[in-house]
Amino acid sequence: MTTGTVARGGGGTAPSASIDVLHVRADFPILGRTVHGKPLVYLDNAATSQKPRAVLDAIAAYYSEINANVHRGVHQLSERATAAYEASRERVRAFFNAESIREIVFTRNATEGINLVAHSFARPRLKPGDEVLISALEHHSNIVPWQLACEATGATLRVAPIDDAGELLLDEFERLLTPRTRIVAITHMSNAIGTVTPAAEIVRLAHARGIPVLLDASQAAYHMRVDVRALDCDFLVATGHKMYGPTGIGVLYGKASHFEAMPPFLGGGDMISSVTFERSTWNVLPYKFEAGTPNIEGAIGLHAALDYIDGVGLEAITAYERDLLAYGTRVLEGLDRVRLVGTAREKAGILSFVIDGVHPHDVGTIVDREGVAIRTGHHCAQPLMDRFGLPATARASIAMYNTREELDVLGRAVRKVLEVFG
Amino acid sequence: MSELTDLYQEVILDHNRRPRNFHALANASHRAEGYNPLCGDRLTLYLSVSEGVITEAAFEGAGCAISKASASMMTETLKGKTLAEADALFQRFHRMVTTPPDQPVEDMGKLSSLAGVREFPIRVKCASLAWHTFKAALANEPITSTEQT
Repeated sequence: MTTGTVARGGGGTAPSASIDVLHVRADFPILGRTVHGKPLVYLDNAATSQKPRAVLDAIAAYYSEINANVHRGVHQLSERATAAYEASRERVRAFFNAESIREIVFTRNATEGINLVAHSFARPRLKPGDEVLISALEHHSNIVPWQLACEATGATLRVAPIDDAGELLLDEFERLLTPRTRIVAITHMSNAIGTVTPAAEIVRLAHARGIPVLLDASQAAYHMRVDVRALDCDFLVATGHKMYGPTGIGVLYGKASHFEAMPPFLGGGDMISSVTFERSTWNVLPYKFEAGTPNIEGAIGLHAALDYIDGVGLEAITAYERDLLAYGTRVLEGLDRVRLVGTAREKAGILSFVIDGVHPHDVGTIVDREGVAIRTGHHCAQPLMDRFGLPATARASIAMYNTREELDVLGRAVRKVLEVFG
Repeated sequence: MSELTDLYQEVILDHNRRPRNFHALANASHRAEGYNPLCGDRLTLYLSVSEGVITEAAFEGAGCAISKASASMMTETLKGKTLAEADALFQRFHRMVTTPPDQPVEDMGKLSSLAGVREFPIRVKCASLAWHTFKAALANEPITSTEQT
């Protein structure tokens, strides 16, 4: 169904295809559709990725076969639903190589995970004059929760700078690690310009001073292997819908010793072990942090998504996408008046660009008419845009199912922009 | 492609390239900032109003071709208009860009070149940002956002 639009070879030499992209594409029903009469070229994966049929089927099967609330009933369906929900937790644990399922909390999204840590871990530790260290690359979700925590406690938010290529200045970062730094919260990969940060080195530098580190792996997790024990991070957040899973399900990893010491975030059912009007006691990990009926279908869909990723092979995906990113870079660099924003040596998945004399919004509208879906705007990273002196960029972001031919379509669509704007 | 050429008509591209009245106004009697948080468009509008007549209109800012051209044409159109006439223009413009694309709209001269946004629903706010900022300036609201309207 998609073969007509993705025949190989049109983009010059064939990619060093470490994955069978046509086979992969056939697993994603939406990739067969058209937009404005043109085959869909979906290059907005950093916003959300498309879902393989396995994920859609898993969600449908859950509702048609075992739907029930979890951790409550003694009846068979509840038992089956609970088993499926907990199997997903084990799948997530394995995917990120956490030591124990006690360290895996399901959230709505990465944002909620960061808020949980800012609230239950950071706030009790922050005093006036203390510091929280983030970087100039952060998404608003890894800025605002810390601003709120700092406002509430009198602590100060510090920002590690980047260079013009979009690389974190590690020397500056290290200098900003002070005796007052209580936590470092930093992205593993920029959603706006694709920079991959040296996460393991960041953790090492912070730990050398006894400072805990939260990593935002929202973008990294679907492009590269993220191993929480190899990284030795204290906390890590990711979101299901970027990892080919459904929306509304996120993951918070935290070292058990931290989770044990933290108060709950939200109160309610499921997170308690006993409740009287005088006092309540908290459930064991990780349930202490999961109040109320969780997103059961989301967890089950995420399980299927992680199975799918590992079925294709995350290492193969990384290699394939690296080739694709290099190809897309050449396509855009070959166009007049087009400038890439974010040229870090370590980079993945993202082609952020501006066109001299054309606002990104106009770029987005014109390429949309060619069937090409890209994101235009500030990408929820306004301080980063300010760093580059730009109000916005156009951003094409790739996933495992994209092809060189699609990047050629992007190139032709951008050429059309240049024609319209003379 | 025809919807695209309707959207990006030559007159719009011309106003985007060479926006008219694109400067600050030192002695403005009214001033407001318009902001579209969805796309980052931001403009500052300056008006000089004397005895109920708009004697000067100018703007500064950064935005897409549609928002810039709309602001440029609006400032040209507003100059010399009474406040009542300007308000009527606001109403007519608002009606024009929000009429469904399959229905006819009245001729507003060069402002009609912006009627093409009707085929691009998320771009309607780009065309109307300048006009909402104009209303905010007259109401002495220092800042307005497309997400409040």
